[in-house]
Amino acid sequence: MKKIIYTAISLLLMNSMLHAQEKYSDTTEVVSIKEIILIGSHPQVHQKEPKPLGSIDEYLETSAKINMIKRGAYAWEPMLNGMTTERTVITIDGMRIFGACTDKMDPITSYVEISNLSEATISSGQQGAENGATIGGSIDLKRRKTGFNETGWKVGANTGGESNGEQKIVGAEVQYADNSFYFNTDFMYRDAENYKAGGNREVLYSQFTKYNFSAITGFKLSETQSVEGSFIYDEANDVGYPALPMDVSLARAIIGSVKYEHHQLSETIEHWETKLYFNTITHQMDDSKRPVVPIRMDMPGWSDTYGFYSKVNMSLDKHKLTANLNSFYNKSLAEMTMFPNDPNENDMFMLTWPDVRTLYTGLYLEDVIALTAHYSLQLTGSLGRHYNKVASTFGLQSLQIFYPEMTESKQRYLKSLSSQVLLNKKNMEYTLGMGYGERAPSVSEGYGFYLFNSFDGFDYIGNPNMSNEKSVEMNASIGFENKKWNAKLTGSYFHIMDYIIGKPDFSLSPMTIGANGVKVYEQLEYASLFNSDISIGYSLHKNWNWNGKLVFSYGRDNNNINLPLVQPLSYQTSLQFRKALFSIETELQGATKQQDFSPEFGENETAAYAIVNLSASQTLFLNRQKMTVKLGAENIFDTYYSTFSDWNNIPRRGRNLFVNLSYVIQ
Amino acid sequence: MKFIRAITILCLAIFTSCSTDSDEITPVNEVADLVKIQTMENDTHLVELYSIDGQLEQGYNKVSLRIKNKIGQKFVSDATLEWKPIMHMEATQHSCPVSEVTKKPGTESLYEGFIVFQMAENQTEYWTLTLNYAINGVDYTLTETINVPASTRRKVTVFTGTDDVKYILALIDPSEPKVATNDMSVGVFKMENMMTFPIVNSYKVKIDPRMPSMGNHSSPNNVDLTQSSADKFYHGKLNLTMTGYWKINLQLENALGEVIKGEPVGDTNEASSIFLELEF
Repeated sequence: MKKIIYTAISLLLMNSMLHAQEKYSDTTEVVSIKEIILIGSHPQVHQKEPKPLGSIDEYLETSAKINMIKRGAYAWEPMLNGMTTERTVITIDGMRIFGACTDKMDPITSYVEISNLSEATISSGQQGAENGATIGGSIDLKRRKTGFNETGWKVGANTGGESNGEQKIVGAEVQYADNSFYFNTDFMYRDAENYKAGGNREVLYSQFTKYNFSAITGFKLSETQSVEGSFIYDEANDVGYPALPMDVSLARAIIGSVKYEHHQLSETIEHWETKLYFNTITHQMDDSKRPVVPIRMDMPGWSDTYGFYSKVNMSLDKHKLTANLNSFYNKSLAEMTMFPNDPNENDMFMLTWPDVRTLYTGLYLEDVIALTAHYSLQLTGSLGRHYNKVASTFGLQSLQIFYPEMTESKQRYLKSLSSQVLLNKKNMEYTLGMGYGERAPSVSEGYGFYLFNSFDGFDYIGNPNMSNEKSVEMNASIGFENKKWNAKLTGSYFHIMDYIIGKPDFSLSPMTIGANGVKVYEQLEYASLFNSDISIGYSLHKNWNWNGKLVFSYGRDNNNINLPLVQPLSYQTSLQFRKALFSIETELQGATKQQDFSPEFGENETAAYAIVNLSASQTLFLNRQKMTVKLGAENIFDTYYSTFSDWNNIPRRGRNLFVNLSYVIQ
Repeated sequence: MKFIRAITILCLAIFTSCSTDSDEITPVNEVADLVKIQTMENDTHLVELYSIDGQLEQGYNKVSLRIKNKIGQKFVSDATLEWKPIMHMEATQHSCPVSEVTKKPGTESLYEGFIVFQMAENQTEYWTLTLNYAINGVDYTLTETINVPASTRRKVTVFTGTDDVKYILALIDPSEPKVATNDMSVGVFKMENMMTFPIVNSYKVKIDPRMPSMGNHSSPNNVDLTQSSADKFYHGKLNLTMTGYWKINLQLENALGEVIKGEPVGDTNEASSIFLELEF
């Protein structure tokens, strides 16, 4: 609901389209069909608008292609095309980052603040293979920066509060830019208590505190060359996860990069950029706030990644070529220490991620060919080498209990190919595409050791002997746009072979107290996923806009059994009124009953729901100062509900009133 | 038989020493990896007892020793010997399972074997060790008290089977358990009388490792213990998925495949009546 609010807010605020937009060209220049969610200001509208205070999770969820798995009030896990983070690639400015939590409590999206970002580029399926091997696609979070322009100094402050969860938000930004130098810094602090679901029911352990500091700076070396350095420090403490048996005492990310950019190298080479980056993530799970647990335990995890990419854009006659050479080296380690109730006994220790090293190097090539004025063809291909090694002898010997023949390393090659035809004619646009892609098992899928999944109540054991998961996909879309109307229907179908999923092995004894059993990752012959959505927009009047969206998904395995976490038919519709610096929006959002659920994954039927949100904003100018006030109410009728992707059916927030203030001096 | 073996070892020893004399001047420290437990003595000899950690303990103990002549301070390399530990209880006395004492291969003066102390000493009851040995046809003997404290975790179990035989089952390996697939071995002995404890042949030891502190969960792919023709001990595979305290529940099967002691662990039965313990 929060997301809704903010969405609403931003909508109002910015006089810009902020719902998921698709950016594609109507005339000569052909751009591949990627969905881009703009965050904050639309560059063409208000210059450098202050960003709203929503969370990135809420923004991403506005895309029809994205759902968020919610385990608490914070750090939701994005699913793209109905696929979780093993099957997608999530990057920040092209940088690979891997969470350090074995329970996926720290998706990459949790390590950035909305205030740092300008947009999220969502690429479906193999069109997202640029930054690494994927099945479902990719999300690239693009950092916000002033760039080289003469805007000079700008100082801003943000503050906000919410009635439900008592979230307090404080933020500040300082930026400077001229023609050869820019510097942006941003700080954001959030602190929230437990939220209340509909009917004033408190959801225990849903509190969180986090702060985020971000800096980005660039120098021009010459008219065509520049260097950019960027840094993010993000830390969250005391994060409750009501859907899980443990909370998080510390989640910390340090992310840094240096980039060299060269424009117009020659007639054909338009742009070349190379980036070196590193990031280190520390994640500490903690159960000290839970009064009753069968056993106390600590579960820290670490993930360090070093990488680079070098990317060239070229233009040659009718061809627009992109080549991207990228590589990363990741080290994932996670431990679990259980403290026996008898203090005389030794602690119980295991490695749940056995210090797995992953080295990936891939080359991605893309060619967009303007066949005629209306037709274009996009071809992509990539080849990557993926190498895993278990660096810890302790961890290797642990896994050899299950796989006596297992060796410490494994190498595989990951291939991807795709093609898409795009036809643009009059007000219509058609696309048709096909693709093939492969991915390697994730660290948990390949090497996890007794990872407890609180949804189905099973301990999961990785399987190092799995082959690549392979996907054949087809996608199509039809779009229409005129002055008053816009409409788009998209559909994508994935036939995934050697589909990786955990299956119960009842001969194994679960480690976690009270667990239902042990699942071992294995591969289904195939699984099928289908996603489609239709969105419609209509300008009722110059000040009035109406939007509607309908999403349908389907997912079955080779025995026609439901896959987990498949979205039921969902809808959203909103009506906005904007005039000058004032705006107001009302939104209705809901889903039908989730009938196609997966009992094996612990799912049950999720009831249908509908909620209503309302928000308004007003911007005031005073000389060089600008103040924006945003007010809103989410879930006005205080409905008690949960969606298909709420872990263990934890309820979403009940009625919430919020106020956001932003103040900028320029 | 024992004589022939001693002679062979002796010959070997002499042969080896002759051949090494020429190129090796500094004597090898044969007890470099061992720690002295105690020195026993009689009128003629000093006998040094060694183990890996300088201690004896309830359960299986691998013990090494060497004999030093009081005159000349030379180590004896041609002794034949046997040992007899005795438990002095208040009402009675008994011995325990022991091996023969043989020359440690590759050494000149070191003898080794094992002793399984099925019980620990206490304030009123204690163990003595008697060594009977012969050097050049002359017999000697020596007896001293030894310290055998209780082990912190159960390394030996004594029980009577359904066949009314009293058995002693002692853990040999893993002596240093790891989170891994461990080679496990135990010795199974029966009590023929108070002084004789022969090895039991052709039985099977079924294992079920459990962690009582963590929901009594087990581990996968364990291999029950069967007798090795080489050392007569029972060998198998023990998988330990984490550190901490493990209870190795046991069932002893006779040569006919009948369980003569121990029960399977399940939802209604937390532990077998016979078990060993590991903690690391």
